[in-house]
Amino acid sequence: MKPETSAIELHRALEEIWGTKPGLTRLAAVNHNVVGRRFMLTSLIFFAVGGLLAMLIRTQLASSESVFMDAEEYAQVFTMHGSIMMFLFAIPFFEGLAIYLLPKLLGTRDLAFPRLSAYGFWCYLFGGSLLIAALVAGVAPNSGWFMYTPLSSNTYSPGINSDVWLLGVTFVEISALSAAIEIMVTILKLRASGMSLDKMPIFAWYMLVVATMMLIGFPPLILGSVLLEVERAFDLPFFDPTRGGDPLLWQHLFWLFGHPEVYIIFLPAAGAISTILPVFAGAPLAGYRIIIAALVSMAFLSFGLWVHHMYTVGIPHVALSFFSAASALVAIPTAIQIFAWLATISHGKPRFSIPMLHIFGFFFVFVIGGLTGVMLAMVPFDWQAHDTHFVVAHLHYVLVGGFVFPMLAAAYYWLPHISGRQPVQHLSSAAFWMIFVGFNVTFFMMHLTGLRGMPRRVFEYPPESGWETLNFISSAGSFVMTMGFALIALDFILIFRFGRPFHRNPWSAGTLEWAMATPPPSYNFASLPTIDRRADMLDPNAIGPHLAAGNGLLAWPRGGRMELLAIDMVSGAPEHIVRLPRQTFLPLWTAIATGCFFLSLLFKVYWATPVAFVAVIALFLLWCGDTAEAKDVGRLPIGNGQELSTHIEAERPPSWWAMVFAITADATAYISLLFGGLFLWISAPNWPPQDAHDIGLSMPALAAVTSTVAAVAGWRAAASRPSSTGLLSLASLTHLATAGIMLWLALSAVPNPHAHAAAATVFVVLCYAALHSFMGAVFAGYGIWRIRSGFVSHARSLDLRIGAMWHGYSALIAITAAGFPFLLSALASEISR
Amino acid sequence: MLAAAVPLFLLVVGLFLLLVYKPQLGRRLSPRTWILAGGLGLPIPILAALTFYAFWQGEYLLRGGSELPADLVRIEATGTRWQWVFRYPEVEGNPSTVGVLHIPAGRTIEVAVESDDVIHSFWVPRLAGKIDAVPGHTNFLRLRADRPGRYGGQCSEYCGVGHAGMDFEVRAHAAEDYQNALGPGEQTP
Repeated sequence: MKPETSAIELHRALEEIWGTKPGLTRLAAVNHNVVGRRFMLTSLIFFAVGGLLAMLIRTQLASSESVFMDAEEYAQVFTMHGSIMMFLFAIPFFEGLAIYLLPKLLGTRDLAFPRLSAYGFWCYLFGGSLLIAALVAGVAPNSGWFMYTPLSSNTYSPGINSDVWLLGVTFVEISALSAAIEIMVTILKLRASGMSLDKMPIFAWYMLVVATMMLIGFPPLILGSVLLEVERAFDLPFFDPTRGGDPLLWQHLFWLFGHPEVYIIFLPAAGAISTILPVFAGAPLAGYRIIIAALVSMAFLSFGLWVHHMYTVGIPHVALSFFSAASALVAIPTAIQIFAWLATISHGKPRFSIPMLHIFGFFFVFVIGGLTGVMLAMVPFDWQAHDTHFVVAHLHYVLVGGFVFPMLAAAYYWLPHISGRQPVQHLSSAAFWMIFVGFNVTFFMMHLTGLRGMPRRVFEYPPESGWETLNFISSAGSFVMTMGFALIALDFILIFRFGRPFHRNPWSAGTLEWAMATPPPSYNFASLPTIDRRADMLDPNAIGPHLAAGNGLLAWPRGGRMELLAIDMVSGAPEHIVRLPRQTFLPLWTAIATGCFFLSLLFKVYWATPVAFVAVIALFLLWCGDTAEAKDVGRLPIGNGQELSTHIEAERPPSWWAMVFAITADATAYISLLFGGLFLWISAPNWPPQDAHDIGLSMPALAAVTSTVAAVAGWRAAASRPSSTGLLSLASLTHLATAGIMLWLALSAVPNPHAHAAAATVFVVLCYAALHSFMGAVFAGYGIWRIRSGFVSHARSLDLRIGAMWHGYSALIAITAAGFPFLLSALASEISR
Repeated sequence: MLAAAVPLFLLVVGLFLLLVYKPQLGRRLSPRTWILAGGLGLPIPILAALTFYAFWQGEYLLRGGSELPADLVRIEATGTRWQWVFRYPEVEGNPSTVGVLHIPAGRTIEVAVESDDVIHSFWVPRLAGKIDAVPGHTNFLRLRADRPGRYGGQCSEYCGVGHAGMDFEVRAHAAEDYQNALGPGEQTP
């Protein structure tokens, strides 16, 4: 540590380590500044594509019986408009914003897993491009963005269209799940020293809740997509009512994701408002704790009201009324936030600026969307308005009001941070008013068209319907709105080109992201801050120079390593030093291999699928080399007279938590699968299956024993530490045995899985368990490899402990999977009696 | 609902603008009062009243928009790409029609809605709410036309390229004309 050296020298030394190198090496970038910007820019390009598709829709509907597009083209256009805006714009945009901002707001140098965010970006880019390529080739998905079966199944969509959606969106969702884990671990472990949970900036609270929702919300969608793709590709009938499947299973899985999704999109935007609005109000955010309580209750409620998308599928009215009440209830946490913002304004000295103008747009539009939302939550009203243009109007009011306007506020607010230049506000207001007026003209009319009975997703309507004038006004409004967005784009370019540079903190904010040079250096902070109050009431103008001069923690780079600080989750006390991996092409290669995996499924080149799968696993194993230590490091100074050990020798470092969260997501998918089977038993027609034969007790019991042995051996190996390759070999062999038994049961003991959904479900559950046991064998083999290479010691047992979690979890999967066939056949025989 | 929604909208947007320009007007209330009054006090009574009213209305609609009579007229509607087929099991000769649903006016009809292929949705906006036709399930919808006349109906769940044209017509007949309307000439095989 040499704190007396100048800030410039410190900057050079850090930039040398953290900075992205020029040329093709840019593709190896893992830094959150770069990856966050790439996410945002890519999502804006997809937004432009989705917007163009919307223009096509409005052109088509401007007149009745339009011949601009035929029904098939129109179907592809509206399906892709919805899918792009949801999966390729909204989610990736806020992920990008969070990736860019969170380390800065939290007072650290990067995210917990920089390579994972780079990998997520490539998956997003490739998966999104796949969808766009299909659109250009004229084979885009055409069953609507919620892909209801059986319309999307093989019988009625025999082409490649639905496969593109199922595989492309799943590919993109890898980035959502990896971002969820990344964001959770970063917020929980990588904050500034002293930043306890109740001192976190409010945006971090919002993102913590959002990431948790993503972790639980996305697995049902991914599972549903996998099941539908398996049905389409291999004819296992999960959704086919003639063979014991049920189209409603898809709807439940889809909306179990789809409703939380709305709040997943809204909450980051609300978090931006809770960050920006107090700055312009000139007062700290009122009701910090009650807002957090509102967020958490919103997250819980959002998983309990997916059925309000399904009021018309024939669910009994009493059951619907529970979901109706829950849907109405969700208005309360929203109202709490809105009135907390009003309270903040009333206790400050508000000033109007461009971001505030967009926040006004948010209030105006979102409140209307919320009110129509309460109307739609009422069952009898929904029976009329469901699937009409009223719903189209409502969802655009909610999503544009609840996401686009706040994000425009956020863009104007943080653009100076990204560009280092202040807005030149000539175009900004004009652009806002064009979007605002154009939006309201477009979508307010749709309420009326919907109430007059116009269903959604019709490509033409009869002239005598009385919908033509309203539709024409909508279309005219939409063109004004588009010009507004074009002006925004121009405005952003002008800011980058002609904006005035500024010294520091142009808005007089109180959060840490302004305590650095702008545009930010790759390492954010030359030394890391220590926080003693709520992190939105700080003074960046004082903290910035202090940290830049190297007066904080971890000031001087050590051995060319990227270091940052992990803290105790609750108290914020420094816990250990995290050493991050360097820039590498591995995320790109792994994403390419993952892409090959998806392409082999899409084009039905099934021999290549296992090859690509093994390549993905092998590449992921190569990731592990970078931060390994060949000998014990011990405690290192972090400045301020303190010493900490490195994460390799820590008890619960970020990677340990990442495994906990990954298992949580995986378990959500598995539980959805088991409940899917039980749902079919309750709901689907053509139950019980005809050929329910016994799979015998001995093999499932044996699988339960072998998987338990694997779990105990893996756990003992981690606990008894360092050199017990024998126990890991045992774990590896018993995992393989379990996987073998599961596959044998699936392939030869289960009745024909093509014949009935019951057998198909059992088949998939067994394969799921086989895959997990196989992965257990990989983890055990990896442990052996690490021990042999000398990377494991008494202190450095992290790899084995992470593996041990998987060994235990996969045993749970195997035991429940072994019992599941008995449960299902017992229940099925219950019906036949 | 509109009567409640408009004042609520004006209240929130009005408060926002008012407070941005004249924050001192809101300063007399503490932040806590603001949040409790606006976040709990305002929505809870409105939402509670609305939810109970909606439940009661829903029950009313489920009875077909009147008291539930003992003698329902039972009709089967089957969605198939891209037309509606109606069967009348209670009418002599078990007739069926395509694209036109004949009902007696002034009676409560129970339509059993099914699908032969993908999901459709049965909707006659002026007579009742909508109900999905889900393959493998039978859903029931009760409707009632008080006066003879023609009422438009359409499929309202996207079901493929013919979705926009999958409309039908409900013809409500006076009781004495109902049987005639389903006479041999009107039937389709």
